Amino acid sequence: MATETKTVKPRESAPTRFWNWLTETQVWTSVFRHERPNTDRNRVLVMLSNIFLHLHPVRIRKSGVKLRYTWCMGGLSFFLFLVLTFTGLLLMFYYRPTLEYAYSDIVGLREHVPLGIMREMHRWGAHAMVITVWLHMFRVFMTGSYKPPREFNWSVGVIMLVLTLLLSFTGYLLPWDQLAIWAITVGSNMARATPFLGHEGPGSALLALGDVKLIHAADDARFALLGGTFVGEGALLRFYVLHCVGLPLAIAVLMAVHFWRVRKDGGISGPM
Amino acid sequence: MFPNVLNEPPQQFKVGLPADFGMGVDERFKESMGVWIIRTADDMVQNASGFYVLISTCTHLGCTPNYLSAESKFKCPCHGSGFRLTGINFEGPAPRPLERARVVLAEDGQILVDKSRHFQYELGQWADPEAFLKI
Repeated sequence: MATETKTVKPRESAPTRFWNWLTETQVWTSVFRHERPNTDRNRVLVMLSNIFLHLHPVRIRKSGVKLRYTWCMGGLSFFLFLVLTFTGLLLMFYYRPTLEYAYSDIVGLREHVPLGIMREMHRWGAHAMVITVWLHMFRVFMTGSYKPPREFNWSVGVIMLVLTLLLSFTGYLLPWDQLAIWAITVGSNMARATPFLGHEGPGSALLALGDVKLIHAADDARFALLGGTFVGEGALLRFYVLHCVGLPLAIAVLMAVHFWRVRKDGGISGPM
Repeated sequence: MFPNVLNEPPQQFKVGLPADFGMGVDERFKESMGVWIIRTADDMVQNASGFYVLISTCTHLGCTPNYLSAESKFKCPCHGSGFRLTGINFEGPAPRPLERARVVLAEDGQILVDKSRHFQYELGQWADPEAFLKI
């Protein structure tokens, strides 16, 4: 009789057996839908099957991560946006956007609330984000990264610059001190001169039915912004909603588009 | 976006009898209504004695100037524009004089201010009979 040769596998250690069991469970395989990143293909799948990672390029040129080419300003802007979102969310637990409470809540955030530095972090982070966004734009311009095929992403970036400045502008009113009120008074007076839709703007006189002006101080662009004919409680509430909901949503959507386009357009800041 | 009712001060309001006012600038209605009531012996445009109402909105960017009685001028704290008591601008970035509001006598003899009608000096509107209340 021929004897069978038996091969005996070495017994795996307990952690390895646990790991093998874990990575085959339905929960695990429904979250991570790829093999371990041990081949190029699997490494690509790691990036592409993750909602957070897939916005980033699968590969980045070595030059792209050198700080001297990119200054990391886009990344810093995004980081500051996350900081501002988090601190802003904490501030929303305390701050009430009404004439009665707005200013005292801001003072209270500093004087009465444990870890009230959230307000300072939010304020300084906001200043820093405006600066990093400008520097990011400057770097993109100086490296010629606005040129085709990146011109679409440049335009998205310009819109996000405007949204960043509007976030800064709307947030400036919320402390409701004299500086805030008069800065927004001055700033929103620009909307008076909106073409056609501002009551002092060019062309607004054309929008009239006989002697009745369709565009006047109580229904023009500035009024829609302030919810009144001067900076009052309507303006405070409108700016609060814009600052906490409207503008962050808009800029978050555009950020997703922005990062996705960076990947589609050939990665960070390299020559095409 | 465009509410039908606004919780804002009325555009037309009575400020009292002419006899209630002395010569010069009256600041009582600045905070609530945004106007200065000014009684003068001889107005520069109308060449008569009486009242005019200056709208307390700086013509530069819309802040509210302060009345400095010692210097007889209106001074805007935002960017430093200065206006004579007539409303004429003479310093700072303001490009044109303060605006005057319509001022007439009501039926009960009180002064009636109407902020819905503005009169601008550079358009020659201060000569309008309703831009100045002759007393």
